[in-house]
Amino acid sequence: MGWAIALHGGAGDIPFSLPEERRAPREATLRHCLDLGVAALRANRPPLDVVELVVRELENSPCYNAGKGSVLTTAGTVEMEACIMDGNTNNCGAVSGLSTVVNAISLARLVMEKTPHIYLAFDGAEAFAREQGVEIMDPSHFITPENIERLKNAKEANRVQIDYTQPIKANSTNDQGDSQIGTVGCVAVDNHGNLASATSTGGLVNKMVGRIGDTPIIGSGTYANPFCAVSATGKGESIIRATVARDVAALMEYKGLSLKEAAAYVVEKVPKGNVGLVAVSANGEVTMPFNTTGMFRACATEEGYSEIAIWPVDSNGISEDSQK
Amino acid sequence: MVGGWAIAVHGGAGVDPALPVERQEEARRVLVRCLTAGAAALRAGALALDVVEMVVRELETDPVFNSGRGSALTRKGTVEMEASIMDGRGRRCGAVSGISTVKNPVSLARLVMERSPHSYLAFDGAEDFARKQGVEMVDNSYFITEENLGMLKLAKAANSIMFDYRVPLTGADTCRASAGLVADVGGEMQMMNGLPISIYAPETVGCVVVDSAGRCAAATSTGGLMNKMNGRIGDSPLIGSGTYACDACAVSCTGEGEAIIRSTLARDVAALMEYKGLGLQEAVDYAVKERLDEGKAGLIAVGRNGEVAMGFNTVGMFRGCATEEGLMEVAIW
Repeated sequence: MGWAIALHGGAGDIPFSLPEERRAPREATLRHCLDLGVAALRANRPPLDVVELVVRELENSPCYNAGKGSVLTTAGTVEMEACIMDGNTNNCGAVSGLSTVVNAISLARLVMEKTPHIYLAFDGAEAFAREQGVEIMDPSHFITPENIERLKNAKEANRVQIDYTQPIKANSTNDQGDSQIGTVGCVAVDNHGNLASATSTGGLVNKMVGRIGDTPIIGSGTYANPFCAVSATGKGESIIRATVARDVAALMEYKGLSLKEAAAYVVEKVPKGNVGLVAVSANGEVTMPFNTTGMFRACATEEGYSEIAIWPVDSNGISEDSQK
Repeated sequence: MVGGWAIAVHGGAGVDPALPVERQEEARRVLVRCLTAGAAALRAGALALDVVEMVVRELETDPVFNSGRGSALTRKGTVEMEASIMDGRGRRCGAVSGISTVKNPVSLARLVMERSPHSYLAFDGAEDFARKQGVEMVDNSYFITEENLGMLKLAKAANSIMFDYRVPLTGADTCRASAGLVADVGGEMQMMNGLPISIYAPETVGCVVVDSAGRCAAATSTGGLMNKMNGRIGDSPLIGSGTYACDACAVSCTGEGEAIIRSTLARDVAALMEYKGLGLQEAVDYAVKERLDEGKAGLIAVGRNGEVAMGFNTVGMFRGCATEEGLMEVAIW
């Protein structure tokens, strides 16, 4: 037993040839967020606070697909969504369709704590944000040149682009451009076994206006209960169908699988190239499986293990989800 | 009995024990009509997915239940509907939320599943999609009934003060200063979703079917919670919460949306079967008993073997089922 934390910046077809100038800032952000999360856990902050603060940090970073840096809808706009869940109480909050709220994850938490509801979306969510006085910015604040470029490429290729780490080439041998990347998330457990999960995203490049993905759907992209906390990333439509986050916990509870076994089982059952997740258990275990080329991720445990990675770790005895 | 088609429908869990008899009869008639139509289609070899859509369309169109016409109202007095549909074969799914002008949200959900690259569309984007698909659209006022306008007033009042709704209101809307609690025979206030049961509009309609080929499908549709915040999304459009279908079963839930979401109720029934090896009714009972905590909800389910199961921890659930063996029953309590 001990605390543990894991976070991700999206799973997808991340090319091994990712240039240094695109890789370095992403890794630096993962490191920075991991440090923040670890410091908070060491200071005995509740996991619910920890996952929120880490995801806020990831949202504020322009290099990940959440908050600033969110990918664009087909109309060139940003529609952000997020979800947070408390493993002890199963309390949760979710938001969708945000265009001016700087930290969607914090608004999701306010929905959980300040309304009788769990999920608010679009105009209603924006109105609630104003009532609550959260930080808002003009929609243009969230839009980055990179994402304008991605949208342009996706429209030219006439596809809903999900892999944002590389432009879609006309004759790309990648799959149909449907391998998803994007979404940030964090899961944490303290040394009393309290669990929490948080996920946030801008969604899919060139998505239809009004499209909701897996992130704000409890049990799909985000879940936490007394057994584990899970945050998923990948192709939203596949994650919803497979109720990924809930299934990890259900396998532990109903079938007695360990965290690692349950997570691996779930990831394996989703079509290849479509999913990754981070999860921690009440016992302080961590796992970060994915069936995509890579997943931006980081984790640390009280026992001293820590890892920051993008692709599967080399097989020199250390698997990407080992705990020691 | 193994095999054979089966169908179950619901018109919402959480029924006022003092509901007038004519209202109960009216509800029963609608349920019987829907079951009969569904059973006839199944006898003729229709697919599960088509039957659940057809039956839920019926329920949406009839103003008796809280979906489509007759939907509960938002705090602004408007209607925002949501629905989802899932095909157990392949677990394809479609969902919509924030629908205000589409006559049959469940059909729009199906179109999202079949004609868009996504699984879930909401609000303006969903309405745009609907227009492009040429589905039947009406003014928002079409969905609003006099009765629900009245209920909204009561709900607003109840959110601040409890009162006895059976006493006729004098004036536009009043809360009597000497308001007492509405009590049932047991002397306890029946509450659902923060409202006394007397003014709580049962949420949601749903249908689950297993067809003669053993394919399962589920669909759920609702106007949501009376006096809800605009933009509030409940369990009905959320796959795994209000609706779920896989090879083994199909489930549709109703009741306190937030409790259903928290417990991912529909997925849990299937997970209990798949991962814990429970039978359909066992899984339904376990889910209702163990997963809801303080929450009030109900659900209907069918299994690939032609079984039907229902469970609820509320006072009543409008429901009915029919099987190939000839069973047909409708119940409220």
